[in-house]
Amino acid sequence: MNGAKIVLKTLVDQGVDIIFGYPGGATLPIYDELFKQNKLKHILVRHEQGAVHAAEGYARSSGKVGVVCVTSGPGATNCVTGLADAYMDSIPIICLTGQVPTKLIGNDAFQEADTTGITRPVTKHNYLVKNVKDLEKIIHEAFAVAKSGRPGPVLIDLPKDVLNEEYNKYKGKSKIKEINFKPTTNLDAGLTKKVIQLILKAKKPIFYCGGGVINSGVEASKILTKLINKTKFPCTNTLMGLGCFPAIDKQFIGMLGMHGTYEANLAMHDSDLIIAVGARFDDRVTGNLSKFSPYAKKIHIDIDPSSINKNVKVDIALIGDVKKIINSIYIELIKKKSLLKFNNIEKWWNQINTWKKKNCLGYKKINYPIKPQYAIQRLYELTKDKDCFITTGVGQHQMWAAQYYKFNKPNRWMTSGGLGTMGYGLPAAIGAQIANPNKLVVDVDGEASFLMTMQELSTICQYKLPVKIFIVNNRWMGMVRQWQELIHGGRYSESYTESLPDFVKLAESFGIIGLKAERSTEVDKVIKEMIKIKKPVLLDMVVDQKENCFPMIPSGAAHNEILLGPEDQTDETINEEGMVLV
Amino acid sequence: MSNQKKEKHTISVLVNDEPGALARVIGLFSGRGYNIDSLTVAPVNLSKKHSRIIIVTSGTKIIIEQIIHSLERLIQVKKVIDLTSSNSTNERELALVKIIPKTNKVNLLKKTVKKYKAKLIFNNSRKYAFEITNSPSIINSFIIELNKIGTIDVSRTGLIAILKE
Ligand SMILES: Cc1cc2nc3c(=O)[nH]c(=O)nc-3n(C[C@H](O)[C@H](O)[C@H](O)COP(=O)(O)OP(=O)(O)OC[C@H]3O[C@@H](n4cnc5c(N)ncnc54)[C@H](O)[C@@H]3O)c2cc1C
Ligand SMILES: Cc1ncc(C[n+]2csc(CCOP(=O)(O)OP(=O)(O)O)c2C)c(N)n1
Repeated sequence: MNGAKIVLKTLVDQGVDIIFGYPGGATLPIYDELFKQNKLKHILVRHEQGAVHAAEGYARSSGKVGVVCVTSGPGATNCVTGLADAYMDSIPIICLTGQVPTKLIGNDAFQEADTTGITRPVTKHNYLVKNVKDLEKIIHEAFAVAKSGRPGPVLIDLPKDVLNEEYNKYKGKSKIKEINFKPTTNLDAGLTKKVIQLILKAKKPIFYCGGGVINSGVEASKILTKLINKTKFPCTNTLMGLGCFPAIDKQFIGMLGMHGTYEANLAMHDSDLIIAVGARFDDRVTGNLSKFSPYAKKIHIDIDPSSINKNVKVDIALIGDVKKIINSIYIELIKKKSLLKFNNIEKWWNQINTWKKKNCLGYKKINYPIKPQYAIQRLYELTKDKDCFITTGVGQHQMWAAQYYKFNKPNRWMTSGGLGTMGYGLPAAIGAQIANPNKLVVDVDGEASFLMTMQELSTICQYKLPVKIFIVNNRWMGMVRQWQELIHGGRYSESYTESLPDFVKLAESFGIIGLKAERSTEVDKVIKEMIKIKKPVLLDMVVDQKENCFPMIPSGAAHNEILLGPEDQTDETINEEGMVLV
Repeated sequence: MSNQKKEKHTISVLVNDEPGALARVIGLFSGRGYNIDSLTVAPVNLSKKHSRIIIVTSGTKIIIEQIIHSLERLIQVKKVIDLTSSNSTNERELALVKIIPKTNKVNLLKKTVKKYKAKLIFNNSRKYAFEITNSPSIINSFIIELNKIGTIDVSRTGLIAILKE
């Protein structure tokens, strides 16, 4: 058995059945072995960045590890953006890269790149396999690293001679030892009691839940929902956490942060107790740190000790897996039946309901042009019974999707949060569709984001994936245009998306059905048609060019300095300190 | 949080002696803009293939806490100890100093060397080399004094320390 065969067998032992990849000289031995077997299905993407995003979409929509296989040199460097994306958003990925033969490493050999060196800062860990006898062990270890604790991408660099070398001591599945990486927790009865006391005492509490809940698995969302329902406390989610608590629940007050709701941001600002669950106090969420939630005691639940006190100093840190910690809090809390009245938060809810009356997500509905918010609201209304999976690009459309699409289950929402990678939407939708073949998968994309990875239309066509591409086409890099309007005196430098293709014809050239709408009266009809067609569809939704995304907390501002609409824009919207922030 | 006082800390990091381990540790500092004031690395357990990296860095209390947690997160890292906050020995460093003294200062050289308890390791015609083990600050003053006596060349190991328990 050669190294390449060991790689494939070990993947199968790990329960892998799908690989996203692109072949090349250094990985030919792997592709040769792929040809000879039928347990692993290979999805041929059209660009290696697409392979990683597809693997991310696969992982995020299924809870499994996504696997990528690319060649050395340019194959590996094309993966860097995807790896950085997965690293920032804590997505478990295994990336196999080909490498020049061990003897040539360092010689500037053909298609050589220092892959482990280049990817070190954007992977949780990476390996260069120098000996075929280490191969099986390293691959198993890599999976354990990718999945354990705070998940992340792991890269394995495979020199061609290692892939070709014969080795007869392959151990096989039964010999896999469970490898456990640094499972740290500080959970104990004392800490839980302190948390319960704070919960029982709070007058203005709020749950702030993030991507860590999704990472912790479907059960974690269920227990968290039970706990929140029991406390009657309001709950807000980060962009990454959407779906971990049902958006249609009465206690959900929307996303928080830069483009979060008025009520969520004001509640965060005024609260006296914040319970942060699997969320990392990102700067898009906290706004101006010195003005962030000045009155609140803070409890932080996170599996990664380095997330604690990174941006915001907290009062109690509970380190460990969300599911386990929330469960023990829940069990302790229901013991206190007699105390569970929560009368002291009535006033708090009255306050929140007054904020809600501002109707911060309201917008003017008109027939022409289509308001982008309307398009997404209708997409939600017409797909809400279909257990739909949504991916996005980056920009205004991404924020509108987060604001107007209501996610009620985890793993249904895939967006590039931490890195903000334009071009994520289409390949991620491919991955999500492959993990969920019979489900409705919609890529809500911006026209500029879409152009960055649209070569994957060819992949969709090849595998007959019924992905729906919903382009919110405002003919601008809208988010850039919005910042230029707000901060740079309306000098729209290089943010117009010139020379756009005819999207309908573009789709048709790949054998994909193209639809287009330009008036609000057509919106329902095209969305229904898109859903009805059991094939890939591209929908060119031509929307208002000038619409801006509100609410918005300008950078450098505090939660209670939120802008609700164009009428709040003034010359001093952003101060000098805020100008330097991104 | 940012207006807290900066402190110097010596951190001991026990790692699996694998390719890339040192690069990851150093990358963590350079990637986040933390300073490395001194760095030593050497194998400490040959059979288990463990090496110890000792890093001197400075930062606010919160930054130091971040550095330690981020180090602990690395897969090849076995154990991280903040030697400054624990009960550890005084810090030690070894330096080799080569000197060509000015002709009228050979006596002063001998006196200075004696004062600092440095050891002569070779002497050929006009060149001398000494070995000194002491705290980094005493080594600093030794070097300053020798600099006045002649032309010098210095090699230092970087400082090390160990837990008392
Ligand atoms: C254009 C744009 C605008 C944006 N605007 C906003 C905005 O308005 N609001 C907003 O919220 N975000 C916004 N973001 C996203 C933002 O940049 C961050 O990605 C996001 O806020 C981070 O979400 P999170 O805190 O849930 O952390 P994640 O990145 O999801 O991190 C998860 C945290 O949970 C921990 N964790 C992981 N697994 C577990 C486990 N099993 N148990 C316990 N803990 C675990 C991790 O250690 C980590 O600390 C925007 C992004 C873009 C591109
Ligand atoms: C790869 C990459 N390059 C640049 C940016 C900066 N950027 C953020 S949003 C945006 C505009 C996105 O335009 P579009 O996809 O049309 O979405 P819209 O904002 O118009 O909805 C740009 C250029 C980015 N996030 N990613």
